[in-house]
Amino acid sequence: MAAEGKTIDALSQFELTPVLGIVGNSVGFSQSTAHMLLAVGLITALMMYGMAHRAVVPGRLQALAESAYEFVHNLVTEQVGDEGRRFFPFVFSLFMFILFGNLLGLFPYAFTFTSHIAVTFGLAAIVFVLITVVALAIHGRKFFGYFFPEGAPVWLAPIIVPVEIVSYLSRPVSLSIRLFANMVAGHVMLKVFATFVILLGGLGVVGPFVAVLPLALNIALVGFELLVAFLQAYVFAILTCIYLHDAVHLH
Amino acid sequence: MDKRDGFEDRLREARARRGLDKAQPNRGSLPGGSWGIGFRAGVEVVSALVVGIFLGWLLDRWLGTWPWLFLVFFVVGGVAGVMNVYRLFNPRRGAGG
Repeated sequence: MAAEGKTIDALSQFELTPVLGIVGNSVGFSQSTAHMLLAVGLITALMMYGMAHRAVVPGRLQALAESAYEFVHNLVTEQVGDEGRRFFPFVFSLFMFILFGNLLGLFPYAFTFTSHIAVTFGLAAIVFVLITVVALAIHGRKFFGYFFPEGAPVWLAPIIVPVEIVSYLSRPVSLSIRLFANMVAGHVMLKVFATFVILLGGLGVVGPFVAVLPLALNIALVGFELLVAFLQAYVFAILTCIYLHDAVHLH
Repeated sequence: MDKRDGFEDRLREARARRGLDKAQPNRGSLPGGSWGIGFRAGVEVVSALVVGIFLGWLLDRWLGTWPWLFLVFFVVGGVAGVMNVYRLFNPRRGAGG
């Protein structure tokens, strides 16, 4: 995909580079970590400043903070039930962290930390450990009955049990792959079409006119990516809630 | 802060009377059109396959039975993937749900 020395370099945007000079270099403090800290700082600032006034008629920031709170609160109580309220802080932090990570990545020069499978799998692994621990704590040994549905013939056990175990273990994998793949695909597409704009723009007289096409496509893509950024955070949160529901009400 | 004369409740009642609130699409329903569902199903199958292959490979390395457990768990992973997709459309909601 080379064009006269200029290549479409869509993947270098995911490379990690140390920041903060020699200190960051020695402790492996990459721009990904920096963006995570930035996301955490922004979320904290939103909640702290947003709720500082506690106005009856909320201002802009307070309305934003309240609607985020209520959105996740409804999600948790709807999916898990009233017992799920104690998981609200966890799901809220998870949702906001992923949402801010996805949205921050859409800014120019910013880095999308959710486009690394190490990050998304780390988050999914936390969810997986949590649902397993919760299920074990609430149901004890009955938890293992999850892998063999009642009423199934016993001679089918050697087939059903491994399948159920693999299906259960595939939860964190599918959670992490979904988020990671969506973010990577979106950012690669943005980069590829942005490179088309530059390559086509240099094609003599007609170049700038042809280059308008990928530019228009990129504008549409940015809007689409905004939707995906929100949707993927939502999907991650709702699946966490569904898994928590399964852990709380074992079937 | 109390409920301010139950305004929310009265509003909800009034809305329900006029049929303004659509019945919420219930639990387990995920957003996304046909593309979203298709992508989700694909991810479910692939992740189950990955877990199956990895488990089989790991057990084989441990027990020294290459490639038999790998082959068995490949099939198991495929079946689990199909089960995942089946559950995507028919979530199992039993007692206490």
